[in-house]
Amino acid sequence: MQDTLINIHNLSKHYSIGGGQFSALKNVDLKINAGDFMGLVGPSGSGKTTLLNVIGALDSPSEGSVEVLKLKIENISAKQAAKLRKEKLGFIFQTYNLLPVYNVYENIEFPLLLLQLSSTQRKDLVMQALEWVGLLDKVKSKPAQLSGGECQRVAIARAMVKKPQVVLADEPTANLDARNSHNILQTMEKLNQLLGTTFIFATHDAKVIGYLKRKVTLIDGRVEEDITLPPRGPQC
Amino acid sequence: MIKFILKGLIYDRQRSWFPIIVIALGVMLTTLLYCYMQGVSSDMVDINAKIDTGHVKIMTHEYAKIASQVPNDLAIWDLSKFLNKIKKEYPIDWVARIKFGGLLDIPDDKRETKAQSTVFGMAFDLLSKNTTEIDRLKLKLAIVRGRLPQNPGEIVISEKLANSLQIKLGEAATLISSTSTGNMAVHNFLIVGTTHFGISNLDRNIIIADISDIQYALDMEDAASELLGFLPTGFNKAKALKIKSNFNSPQMTMLTLADQNGLGEYLDLIGIKLSIIISVFVLAMSIVLWNTGLMSGIRRYGEIGLRLAIGESKEELYLSMILEAILVGIIGSLIGTVLGLLAAYYLQEVGIDTSELLKGSKMLMSTTIRAKITTTSYFIGFVPGILSMLFGTMIAGVGIFKRETASLFYELDV
Repeated sequence: MQDTLINIHNLSKHYSIGGGQFSALKNVDLKINAGDFMGLVGPSGSGKTTLLNVIGALDSPSEGSVEVLKLKIENISAKQAAKLRKEKLGFIFQTYNLLPVYNVYENIEFPLLLLQLSSTQRKDLVMQALEWVGLLDKVKSKPAQLSGGECQRVAIARAMVKKPQVVLADEPTANLDARNSHNILQTMEKLNQLLGTTFIFATHDAKVIGYLKRKVTLIDGRVEEDITLPPRGPQC
Repeated sequence: MIKFILKGLIYDRQRSWFPIIVIALGVMLTTLLYCYMQGVSSDMVDINAKIDTGHVKIMTHEYAKIASQVPNDLAIWDLSKFLNKIKKEYPIDWVARIKFGGLLDIPDDKRETKAQSTVFGMAFDLLSKNTTEIDRLKLKLAIVRGRLPQNPGEIVISEKLANSLQIKLGEAATLISSTSTGNMAVHNFLIVGTTHFGISNLDRNIIIADISDIQYALDMEDAASELLGFLPTGFNKAKALKIKSNFNSPQMTMLTLADQNGLGEYLDLIGIKLSIIISVFVLAMSIVLWNTGLMSGIRRYGEIGLRLAIGESKEELYLSMILEAILVGIIGSLIGTVLGLLAAYYLQEVGIDTSELLKGSKMLMSTTIRAKITTTSYFIGFVPGILSMLFGTMIAGVGIFKRETASLFYELDV
């Protein structure tokens, strides 16, 4: 029996728009287990990113309950939410969001600075993360000197360097070509298997869906389908 | 984390250079302006004190009422006795002075008038062995030609007067004036030197003589127009007021420097002006740096969002922005202060010649404007420089601090 890391019960999220109210999520029930490699799939506006942000404690539920790593998101303070993100969660974004003035090493090192690790510990962890993503030769490069695929691999290394329990990836392949998309998806799949990290994607990219072990389809803020996908065949 | 911030500042020139340049410029201007105003005001106060007002001045009540008319019939009599008494009561440097007016007549070989001019005269103690007046008035430095009086009957006149009357050194001159009793005074002197003080009023038709000569010429034996007192450490309003409040004489009036020639109001005005300048500086710089902070914030929206996502709390983020602002403020203020002091030092040593501008001026001020570096000069711009950057960033950062993390995160478009 796998551990449940995230338990979502009857989650709704409403926003006030003008005089009215818009519901981005409606009565979502979901359990996400340790080691999942799952995707929130659906068209634009279906609530994928909103759900990802609530799980990431960047947003709070309007109704219902969201328990992430035994913390009730609806009850925690801003400081506790920041602590959760700092210690247990990793984020990967569509636009990489690397800090342009810092080099690859410093970008990856940043989350470790917040954890107040020693410089030796930081160095070991950064080098390990660089090895995972195959960028040991780009340590001193600035983001502007990297390709899109390399930037996203730096972003993966940054998310993974602190060995979080859950990684939240919002459309991680949207800005990448097919080759680079497969490349980074294989990297994340490898890390999922190697470290047992839970990956949650928000995507509508078929390439990403091809790698998922579990697919949760969202339509208009509701869970329409939650299926386990068969393992992929051997890669050429 | 400080290392991380420092690296960011070094790598990201837009984040550091523009605010540093703005602060450095503002601090430099403030420091320079302060030193300049200090120079002008202290120069003016110093000159007025040495030549006219002293740090405290004693006159008879009646003389004080019409002092501008130089009424020597109302001078202080029994000077030696009074001077001894006052020196015992107030052990500061006291000197007697006589001011007088008259006509200076230059005769030719036949004793006919060759040239003539109205003059204003000042009599100082020039011949006593222990006189402090020559050093105080820097008379040796003021000599253009010839020398200072060394014997009775010798005078020096301003170079300008000498040129206009076409006088050569060693020529005789007759002072025609009135005695303290209202009679006509005629006395012959030998012109032994010419002076240029770089002070508009003293470089016009001025003659300078030893006080004993003038006492003799104007029938003022053992008398003086005024007694000037000088504090050992320069003018200090509180100390001067203390002496004044303790002074009690039925015939005499004591005034402090601040009571004379509008200098008190002038000193107050300088203080107010400086406060206004510093306040305007801090306000203007805060607005500029607030704007800079906002621009920087907009440019770094992605970074702010990312840092929130990675797990930095808003407080930590805000604190790091403030730390960054303090670092930038210190660097900018340091550069500005050094540049301002260098410029002020140049002005202090070289000065600006304004003799052409002060041709018609009746103010007792130097024709060379100099800045003055004081202890305050080292931090008058430095502290506001840091504060303005800090306030600017604090105001710019309030938006981030006040917003909900979620709405901020959405706005940041990460």
